Amino acid sequence: MVKRDPISKKVRALSPSGIRKYFDIIAGMDDVISLGVGEPDFVTPWHICEAGIWALEKGDTAYTSNYGLIELREEIARYIENRYGLTYDPDTEILVTVGVSEGLDLAIRAITNPGDEIIIPEPTYVSYKACTILAGGIDVPIPSSADNNFEMRASEIEKRITTKTKAILLGYPNNPTGAIMERDELSKIARLAIKNDLTVISDEVYERLTYGTDHASIVPLPGMRDRTILLGGFSKSYAMTGWRIGYAAASADIIESMMKIHQYTMLCASVIAQRAALEALRNGEPQVQEMVADYDKRRRVIVKGLNQIGLTCFEPRGAFYAFPSIRKTGLPSDEFAEKLLREKKVVVIPGSAFGKCGEGHVRCCYATSMAEIEEALERIESFVKKHRS
Amino acid sequence: MKEIAKVNEIFKILEEDAHKTPERIATMTGMPVAVVKRAIKQAETNRTILKYKAVVNWEKLGDDQVQALVEVKVTPQRDVGFDAIAERIYRFPEARTVYLLSGTYDLLVLATGKTMHEVAAFTSNKLATIEGVQGTVTHFLLKRYKEDGEILSGEERRKKREPFML
Repeated sequence: MVKRDPISKKVRALSPSGIRKYFDIIAGMDDVISLGVGEPDFVTPWHICEAGIWALEKGDTAYTSNYGLIELREEIARYIENRYGLTYDPDTEILVTVGVSEGLDLAIRAITNPGDEIIIPEPTYVSYKACTILAGGIDVPIPSSADNNFEMRASEIEKRITTKTKAILLGYPNNPTGAIMERDELSKIARLAIKNDLTVISDEVYERLTYGTDHASIVPLPGMRDRTILLGGFSKSYAMTGWRIGYAAASADIIESMMKIHQYTMLCASVIAQRAALEALRNGEPQVQEMVADYDKRRRVIVKGLNQIGLTCFEPRGAFYAFPSIRKTGLPSDEFAEKLLREKKVVVIPGSAFGKCGEGHVRCCYATSMAEIEEALERIESFVKKHRS
Repeated sequence: MKEIAKVNEIFKILEEDAHKTPERIATMTGMPVAVVKRAIKQAETNRTILKYKAVVNWEKLGDDQVQALVEVKVTPQRDVGFDAIAERIYRFPEARTVYLLSGTYDLLVLATGKTMHEVAAFTSNKLATIEGVQGTVTHFLLKRYKEDGEILSGEERRKKREPFML
């Protein structure tokens, strides 16, 4: 009898998560401080939760339009207009998604033919590569380093553009580095996209979390609105990760194509989350500002602390991650993270989990209490003293 | 304006956690340590910072101190309005907090004592008999749910997070 692999070749070939083994190490361990999470430590502001509870109480439990509640799409359109001065038609150019994760998957699947190349930043958020491969595309990483503040350089992109290049994926402010993109470099990337007729997917889930600078998006640059798929969300700005709610804004043709996949696979985002997101957009601005101010304080403490320990850390100006170099210890990032967890009970994520050029670094999430950050820094300091090469 | 906002940031941090050192506050705000120290010193001198204290959940310690909110209706006096009567009231150590309010009564006094009898004695013998006090209504405090922004009763909303998430 022919032995068949029940799993598809595509999925079989996907690399497993680089952090699986840490779950086993941590099991049964107490007094662990985790700088390994990728989400806010704040609970969703109460008025937003209350809007979700109210939706349930009044029986608002049905499917919504595949595109999402029209009130929410209108509010998203208003938000984008205020932020970027661009008009999107809420009827045809906005799609409410199950988090930015779904939006990303839909965007890549909607535009990718087998063998198409998608340019992605590296170090990279892990889903960019996986979604590209699952869509039949080929990921083309653009390496970056602390020398250029982990910015994606147009010159590096240009070198890798081929006849098969379909899109450039931008993810800034960046997970895992905390890097942001400057307007000048974005303008160069925009010119490249126009010259080579490329689509841009801009994952802006961290757009509200910038420090000492405003977020720069590629979408308002001349000629970019209709070739950009803007992905936005509520998870990071409003501490709504578990609600799973986000959106995509793009030309009607692209949004309709994304909606086709969405209607067959997801149908619609949770109505309760949509009601809560509506409240967030209408009345959540003060809380966003409070949370950003708080992250900023923690950012300063962790970056200064890591540098004092000798783990050189460039200044992250977005998201809630610090990405220090650990080269001084002579340990590969995976070993550093494993030993730090076993010896000092501090969780960090090895840079290698985010692609080759993440090696030599670890990701430290500072969306945790100041007391825990201070304690983690003390433990890391004693660990580094022991392992300094 | 920006400078004032920056300096206010120091006090917000201290209000949240008076243990924070000037060095730590300097890192958190991006201000020089000397500037932070100077601002704190100045605030202590000019009574912008009145004192540093802990918010204690006494119920956990089994301390059954009695508290009451006392509504006080008064007759304001010529030239000094409510201030003179308010002063006579807030001089009593039993009056922990005194506010002038708009509405159906004038002063709200948070009175404390070891027993209900002690608080009742304070309101009836001392407070109610002050010249100009027309009447008092005493509400004994039964349970404290939240104080100074801290939830005392029930569980704080805390997020349960996975230790790893890419």
